[in-house]
Formats: sequence, C-alpha cells, structure tokens
Amino acid sequence: MNLQQHNISDNNFEQCIKCTICTVYCPVAAVNPNYPGPKQAGPDGERLRLKKFNFYDESLKYCINCKRCEVACPSNVKIGDIIQAARIKYSKKQPKFRDYILANTDLVGTLSTPLAPIVNTTLGLKPVKAILDGVMKIDHRRTFPKYAFGTFESWYKKVAKKQATYPGQVSYFHGCYVNYNNPQLGKDLIKVMNAFNIGVQLLEKEKCCGVALISNGLIKQAKKQARTNINSIRKSVLEKKLPVIATSSTCTFTIRDEYPHLLDIDNADIRENVELATRYIYRLLGQKKTKLNFKTGKKIKVAYHTPCHMEKLGWAYYSIELLKLIPNIELTILDSQCCGIAGTYGFKKENYKTSQDIGEPLFKQIEALDIDYVVTDCETCKWQIEMSTSKQCEHPISILANALE
Amino acid sequence: MKQNEITQSFDVIIIGGGATGAGIARDCSRRGIKTLLLERLDISTGATGRNHGLLHSGARYAVTDKESAEECIKENMILRKIASHCVEETDGLFLSLPEDDLSYQSKFVEACNQAGIRAEIIDPKEALRLEPSANRNIIGAVRVPDGAVDPFRLTASNVMDAKLHGATILTYQEVIKIIREQNRVIGVKVLDHKTNEIKSYYAPVVVNAGGIWGHNIAKLVDININMLPSKGALLIFGHRVNNIVLNRCRKPADADILVPGDTICLIGTTSSKVPFEEIDHMRVTPEEVDVLLREGEKMAPILAQTRILRAYAGVRPLVASDNDPSGRSVSRGIVLLDHATRDGLEGFITITGGKLMTYRLMAEWTTDLICKKLNLSAICTTATEKLPGSRESIEEISKKIISVPLTQRNSTIYRHGDMADRFSENTPLDNSLICECEEVSVGEAKYALNELDVNNLIDLRRRTRIGMGTCQGELCACRAAGLMSDMKKICTNRAKADLTSFLNERWKGMFPIAWGDTLRECEYTAWIYEGVCGLTSSSKK
Repeated sequence: MNLQQHNISDNNFEQCIKCTICTVYCPVAAVNPNYPGPKQAGPDGERLRLKKFNFYDESLKYCINCKRCEVACPSNVKIGDIIQAARIKYSKKQPKFRDYILANTDLVGTLSTPLAPIVNTTLGLKPVKAILDGVMKIDHRRTFPKYAFGTFESWYKKVAKKQATYPGQVSYFHGCYVNYNNPQLGKDLIKVMNAFNIGVQLLEKEKCCGVALISNGLIKQAKKQARTNINSIRKSVLEKKLPVIATSSTCTFTIRDEYPHLLDIDNADIRENVELATRYIYRLLGQKKTKLNFKTGKKIKVAYHTPCHMEKLGWAYYSIELLKLIPNIELTILDSQCCGIAGTYGFKKENYKTSQDIGEPLFKQIEALDIDYVVTDCETCKWQIEMSTSKQCEHPISILANALE
Repeated sequence: MKQNEITQSFDVIIIGGGATGAGIARDCSRRGIKTLLLERLDISTGATGRNHGLLHSGARYAVTDKESAEECIKENMILRKIASHCVEETDGLFLSLPEDDLSYQSKFVEACNQAGIRAEIIDPKEALRLEPSANRNIIGAVRVPDGAVDPFRLTASNVMDAKLHGATILTYQEVIKIIREQNRVIGVKVLDHKTNEIKSYYAPVVVNAGGIWGHNIAKLVDININMLPSKGALLIFGHRVNNIVLNRCRKPADADILVPGDTICLIGTTSSKVPFEEIDHMRVTPEEVDVLLREGEKMAPILAQTRILRAYAGVRPLVASDNDPSGRSVSRGIVLLDHATRDGLEGFITITGGKLMTYRLMAEWTTDLICKKLNLSAICTTATEKLPGSRESIEEISKKIISVPLTQRNSTIYRHGDMADRFSENTPLDNSLICECEEVSVGEAKYALNELDVNNLIDLRRRTRIGMGTCQGELCACRAAGLMSDMKKICTNRAKADLTSFLNERWKGMFPIAWGDTLRECEYTAWIYEGVCGLTSSSKK
C-alpha cells in the first residue's frame, strides 16, 4: 500500500488544495476583473493546459509577477512561476516595439545618459507624452524616471583604484537603475561599505538582470544576459571569493530565483552568495564588532514600504532593522502591499488604471502620514510612489549613508 | 408506498438507462416507435459510467476475439462521425516493454490488419516523441486508431435525441414487477423513487437492457440468464500525463490501458468475479490499487509521482453461453435474447454483453427485433444521423459564444458541442463559475438543471463535471446546491441531505487512495463542510 508515499511530483501544482488564499492576496485580481486570479491562472489553468495548449488564456499577461500568491500559499505551490512559465511556453503574442524599448533598459539607458538633460526635458513635454501615448501606448499620465548625466560605471572608473586598496572587498551588482538613473545610490553604497573598511568592486561584465525582458516575453535575450551575469558572478564568487551584493531587491530576486525557475539557468553554486546590500550589512554588524559612526543630526521621519519581491525574499526585516540603527529616526512600517507599478507593467497604457488602482490604498496610507521620506529597496516602487504621492522616496542605503559621519 | 394506479401505454418499454438503453430509445424513437425508457437511478450509473472511456480501435481484441475487434473498429469510425463532441481522436500506442515478447507484435499487427484495424509499427523513438510520458525503455510500438469517449455525454446525447423524437425518459423508476398475461409480457410495474408511488406502464414489447442488473430483471419472470459479474477497478489521476492512449502489446491483462480522458487520465482495469449480492456496493481494495499503480508505472513511469484523484470499479455484464452452465466460455460479444424463442415468453427481449463501444450496434440489433415483433419495416438511421451536440464544428460554435471567457468557452464546447450556445445568456452571473477546476459556469449548470433530467447534485455532476476536478466538490458542491435551491429544483432541507450524499459519494472514491495531497484536500474539505458550513456528522450518515 502507499507505493506513492515517498514520491513528490514534479508538477508542483498538484499540491494545490484550492484554498484560494492566493487569490485573496493577489493585488491584480482585486482590481481587474479581466484577470482570472492566481489560482485559476496558475494551478487550475496548468491542469487545463496539460489537456490542450489552447486553454492558454492571454489574460495571464495581467499577472504582475509580484509573487505575493506564493508568499500566501500554505501548500508551497510556485503559483507565480507556473503563470510566468505558461506565458513563456504558450503565449503567441509577439512583443511590441514598445515592449522592446521598455525592456531594453541597457540600450535605452546607454543612449539616454549622454543626452540626459535633453532626454529628461523632452520626456516631460506634453506633446511628447501624447505621441508616446498614441503611438507607443505608453500612458501619458506616467512620469519617467530621470536619466543621469553620465553613468555610474563611468564615474566608478575614477574611484576604482582607491576602492582596491581597502582590506576587505565585495562585488556590487549595481543594476540599470543605479547605472543610468541614480548613480548617487551606488556612491552611497560605496560610502557605507568603506565605513566597514570594505572596498567595492564591479563585476567583470554586468548586463541588465533581465526582469523586464522576462515580463515582456523576450526570453532569448533574457537568457543571454543571464548567462553573462552568471559567468561574471561565478568569477567573483568562485575565483576571487568575493560575494556579490546588490541594492535592487528585484535584481537580487531575479538572479537568485527567476534564473533557475523561469530561464532554466542553474545558479545553485553561487545563489547563496548573491544577496541584498542591507542583509549583507546587517549580518556584517552581527559578525564583526564594527560600529558605525552616525552624525548627531536632526530628527528624520521615514516610512518603510515593503516591495513585493522583498516580501517574497523575506528580507524586508534587514532593511528595517538597519534603519532602526539610525539615531533620531522615527520609523513607520507601511502595510505590506503592492504599489502597482510592477516594473514596466505600469508604463503600459492598457495597465495604467489597474496599476494605479492597485497602489491606491498604499498611496492613501502614505499621504496620511507626517513623514520626510518613504524608504524602499525597489527602484520602480520609488517611481510609482513619487509619481502618485507628494512624498520623495529613497533607498535605505542612501538614508544610511546620509546619517553616517 | 402509495398504490396509485397510474397507467400509460407505449409500443416499447426499455428497462435500463445505460448507453445501450439510451441507444435503443434513440433508435426506436427515430423509427417512429412510441418509446418509454425506465431507469431505477440516473442515466449512465451502471457499467456505462464506470469504465475507461476508451474509444477502442478493436486492437485489444484482435488476437483473441476477431468478431469483437471488427465490431469495435466499425463502431469506432461511426462514433467519430455521429458523436464527435463525445470523442477525442487521440490515437493509441501498443507498447512492448523489455519484459514483453516482441514476437507478439507481428502476430498482433497481422490480427489487426485482418480485422480491418489500421496498425502501424513505429520506431520506439518516434513513439516517445509522440508520447513523452511513455516508458523510455520500450522496445516496440504500434500505432492504432484508439481514442477517448465520454460515456456520460454519449448517453445524455442519445437520451436528448430520443426525447426530440418523442420518447419518454423516466429516471428513478425501479421496475419491481413485469406484468404477464399468459405467455406474454404486457407491461411493467415500477416504484417511483421520487414520489414513492407505484405505477404501471403497458407495451407489447419490453426490453431488458439492465446490464448486469438484467440478471435480476429476468428473474422477475423466472428466466435465468447465465451472467457472471466481473469487477473492473480503475484509478483516476489528477491531470493528463499522456495525450495518446497507452496499451501493453501483449495478451490482455490487468492495468494495461492508460486513457487520457478530458482533464484527467485513467489506468485500468482489473478483472475479478464478484457475487451478485455485491454488484450494488463495489469497493476498490488496497490490492487492486497496488496492481493498478505497479502495472501503470511500467507504461508511464511518471504515474508513480502523479496525484491520484479517485478509485472506482464497475461491473461488466459477462454472459456465459446457454449451453455452458459452468461459465468457462465467456464471451465479451453482444448477446441478444428473444425470450419468445428461447423461453416461450412473448414480448420480452434481453440485450446484454457487449461493450460501451458497441452500444449503438446493440441498439440497432435490438430495435430490428422490436420492429419485427411490431411488424414495422422502418430502417435504422443511427449510424449516419449525428447526435445533438455533434452537428456543428467547434469553430462555428466558438464564434457564436466568442465573448465567453476562453477557458470556460473551450471547456463547455468540449462538453456540450453545439449545445454550448444554448445555455449562455452571457450575463456576468451566468458566466461566473460554479466549478473552478473544470470551468463549469452557472449558465451551464442551469442548462443541465432545466434540460438534462437532473434530480440531484450527483446527476448534475454526470452532466457537467461539477465536482470531478481535483477539489472533488470542495468549492463547487455548496455553490451548486445553492443554485439548485435558487432554481427551486430542491428545497433547503433536501439540499442539505443532497450535499451530504454528494460529498459522501466523493469520499467513497477518494478513500482507497487517501494519502498525500489527496488526503490533505479531503481533510480541508471536511473542515469546510463540517467546521464552517455546519454539515454535521449525523447528516453525513
């Protein structure tokens, strides 16, 4: 009897017992009736797709891949992965030119940064927005992240030598956002790491992690970039024995979990050595008796927003605990809920309403607080919060760097 | 029990609402015969609803029983045309495993060819490409025109067509007496289980199409039919692991057919003789589960890790030939008995033996005999006239209901064919789902309740697949009960009892395989219905 009892199915969806908690926690299902919800799009739908491919429903594109369904699931079903994998396997919709532009953060960033003042002004002009809306279906109400005048990588070249002189060393996966939009965050990270007597190196070759390519269906290119990144990370971790840290929660999550789950790229040998900067620092504080020297500055009032991928990683704790170390900080933890942007999703005209509807409760909560900054580890959450509320949004590393002597 | 003498006259009374009975009702009504069909429970509750759902090519019988093989392939081709919405043309593979004798393959292919069955030897590598779930160690493969057929839909369509041609179909009417006048049968007395009344129906011809229960029906007029109840157990897996029917290329044995049927797949069967006292209480034993799994894994190793949904068993009506009371020479062929010539009793016919595959042919032979007795010369049209549901192409139906959400649209068309545009008023309520696993909408359930002779939740399941998915009623049962009450099909009190019997029936099938995730889900379901909805254990029997 029970010949099967020690066998665990590869078809993870079979563990679903239809409790439907995932759908309760789905930010999209709550506001968009065209989305069937994670239970139906995931385990239920997978069973039908195994019957016949034509049960693939294009409405799966409404999934924002926040993975909150997976966090909620008591049966450990990889619901978000099932949905994304189905999109990769079955979708026949070709990515549009718009999707290509939105997903190719490296290309667009490289073209924009040398002309940043012009690009930033132009993208803010109403007629330009109207054209982007009409032709490209990028919603005109959306504000664009500003491009930096010169990349982080080009700035880093100037400090590379000095960084190499520190006794400790760590590799930094800066991501597109730091490189093209916010080099200051990279500089802040270097300041914080240097305070621990640790120098910061860049990877031999870094490409965009590919999260936007995956969500826009450009899988081939995503795989190619992922391989480049994994090779560089291997060199750092296995040859130089340097762990890799990142400031973007989404880049970290993509490299650790989406590479093996969605792109079939094995990262088992280096996965544990890729982590978020705040977690690395928190653990550093625990190991060494290093003390950080804080300025005795004036009181600062912040509210921490937990990005979806931080919720999935389970690492919001580290960022929050680091913030608590800052003297004179008044910290509010916002309810953990999706801001609605989901990377490139919220930029698309057809998703604008869903995106803003999802974020509405969060925006209301933020507006009701008397705070100086919202703090979060995710760059796209920052854009969304800054566009949709009156508050400025900063990375915990930047807040930390500012508080240091 | 009330003794109300309600009487009505017909040309023919058919006892038994399986595929055969429904097929006879269709054939008779199409030939202009005033027909009554009586079923003691719901349609397709006997062997019709308890088999593999395999659209046999006949290959399985080619070596051992050429006559059955020829009947199968002919009916196979007919069903593809007349019942396209009940059939899935999957094809089948006969696999030779390393332990099987490969010399059987050539004997098998030759026998298939002789019976008119297309059987093509293909390279094992090609077979694995066609069906990746097959055992990678196979040494031989033969491709045959097997398929899948849904017996519930097939029977329901036959009933529908019979009704369209004037037949009366009454379910939950148990024949308790066959009325005789000297050496003639002239009618039947029935107990109406819905009203508890006794009724009489009269007709010059009465047909016994009761499957294995036909033995007891014949006993009512002291006629002995030498039947051998043969139990066959099967396992249903939670999803399809294969899209082509898998068979073993060897002499027919236990657990050597894996059929993809709708959203699931089934491995079966076993074969064991059971006493008549047990035919209403089939239970699958642990030994049967073991055999089914052990043998099933050999054909498709993935079954070892696939969640099992249910186990169930049916009873084959095997008939021993009249001159062999020992029962050794058992045939799976069609047995049509004219009791006038066999036993000197006029107006009584028994049709039994056979298979689901040959139900139409059995109906044709029976109806020919009925016509002879009634002095009619109408000809059979059931081999050419399509069943309701199969009259339009999937593309045409799909266009008609294009605004229904995709997965729901595909599911309803798969189940109801061209009837799918009948029930959707396309309102948000009608398009909301009752059963999420199988994508059954409120509109589809309403249609079944109004037009498909549904009396309770279990009947509704047979017409729609409500409760047949992985949750086995966890989410859909109370929604369906609610809808039935809203539509005044049952009162609240009955709804509660009905819900209980539905859930108990689901549990019966899960009990033999209750481990792992299936057990977790059972526990969860019990918690919902007992703990949250307050369905007490006393009301659970």
